[in-house]
Amino acid sequence: MAKYLLLKHYRGAPEAVNDVPMERWTPQEIQDHVRYMSDFATRLEGTGEYVDGQALSPEGTFVRYDGEGRPPVTDGPFAETKDLIAGWMVIDVDTYERALELAGELSAAPGAGGKPIHEWLELRPFLGTPPTVTE
Amino acid sequence: MEALLRELTPAVTGVLVRRGVDFAAAEDAVQEALVAAATTWPDRPPDDPKGWLVTVAWRRAVDAHRSEVSRREREERVDAEPPPGPAAAVDDTLAMFFLCAHPSLSPSSAVALTLRAVGGLTTRQIASAYLVPEATMAQRISRAKRTVRDVRFDRPGDAATVRRVLYLVFNEGYTGDVDLAAEAIRLTRELASRTDDPETAGLLALMLLHHARRAARTRPDGTLVPLPEQDRSRWDTALIAEGVVVLQAALARDRLGEFQAQAAIAALHADAQRAEETDWPQIVGWYDELVRLTGSPVAALNRAVAVGEADGAAAGLAALSQVDPGVPRYTAASAHLHEKAGDRATAARLYADAARLAPNLAERHHLARRAARIGGRG
Repeated sequence: MAKYLLLKHYRGAPEAVNDVPMERWTPQEIQDHVRYMSDFATRLEGTGEYVDGQALSPEGTFVRYDGEGRPPVTDGPFAETKDLIAGWMVIDVDTYERALELAGELSAAPGAGGKPIHEWLELRPFLGTPPTVTE
Repeated sequence: MEALLRELTPAVTGVLVRRGVDFAAAEDAVQEALVAAATTWPDRPPDDPKGWLVTVAWRRAVDAHRSEVSRREREERVDAEPPPGPAAAVDDTLAMFFLCAHPSLSPSSAVALTLRAVGGLTTRQIASAYLVPEATMAQRISRAKRTVRDVRFDRPGDAATVRRVLYLVFNEGYTGDVDLAAEAIRLTRELASRTDDPETAGLLALMLLHHARRAARTRPDGTLVPLPEQDRSRWDTALIAEGVVVLQAALARDRLGEFQAQAAIAALHADAQRAEETDWPQIVGWYDELVRLTGSPVAALNRAVAVGEADGAAAGLAALSQVDPGVPRYTAASAHLHEKAGDRATAARLYADAARLAPNLAERHHLARRAARIGGRG
């Protein structure tokens, strides 16, 4: 029982095999992609392994504290930021191997030509709670 | 009343299953009966709570089966009368323990099913304890029920798999509104009272002895207090006394197992009024047993730390050099032994490395503080 974050990058990950941006896909290819992602989440809910998933707007704002009594400073968006997160999915699985298997399946989502995108997903374990028995 | 209901849950489900109701349907029917009891009993408490629950759950199961049958437009006749069950010697609660920890289930499924069908917790409570959506937990439980649907109910199961499930529940910490550690102890007590097995008693003793330290284990801000620094006056002496009695009775049976050995180590820590009084040579002896019994590299790592206390840092580091460096917390143990050996520079570097590798935030903060302190930053 361990939670993992599957991170999907707009930019910053190594190049996918089928690296055609979505705006050049056909409507049917987009629909097939969306269906695949939705089926995947539904299936994981069915296996009792789904926790959460969200897509993110590509544009964000940087915010930081600017001292007592002053409003926070904002900056951005930065068009040239190296890394950009497109979305995430959180899964709760028995083993690391199972997490790898699921990430592999998600990376096989169809893209241009109906072929798998083979995109690189980042798999990050959650930090858990300390165990009770330690010695 | 909630405690009574939860205590009766597995026995009532067991009766239905024994009468031939499919496990998933029985479990659903019992959940409905529990809800009915929660609303009815405060005004009209039954003379025989278990009998009441069996009657109501049985009726629900039969109704559900009938409507299922008519939905499928089958023409089977349903026996509304309970078939005669086996002799009263059958322990339905114990049978439920075995079923819910069946080896065909994954650990997370077995944990979820045990908490619901034996523990009587609601799906919502279990979902909140494990920080997953209720729908996900509901699916995990119903898949688990399907997995064990065809398991025969009349054969004794494997107590070792039940122990592993209960240990997981105890050791995973606790979140949400259910105290999983206390729940694990309750269920292990139940199991121990129904089986004659020194290892189950050993597991119960282990849980009691660790639970006794709970108040001293964390600061109000949630940070960890390591064993040598714990305020031992805050340990629960009643739990310790009970754990020691349970353990001694188990050890007297002369059938040693890993949980008894682990409990013996916990008991030796509990014995010491102050950390300096800890009987480390005896603890090393128990770790030797544990390594022999399990071959576990984690036990070997903990043994190296104990050797460091019993025979000095050099001996501890020598023992550590025999342990696979890939074992979790190896770096933290190495940092500790180097600090003990007086090698502050190496210890500081290793503590910092260990902090980066820590599997949870509380340990990360603890190790980072150690690194800072030894590095002369407070």
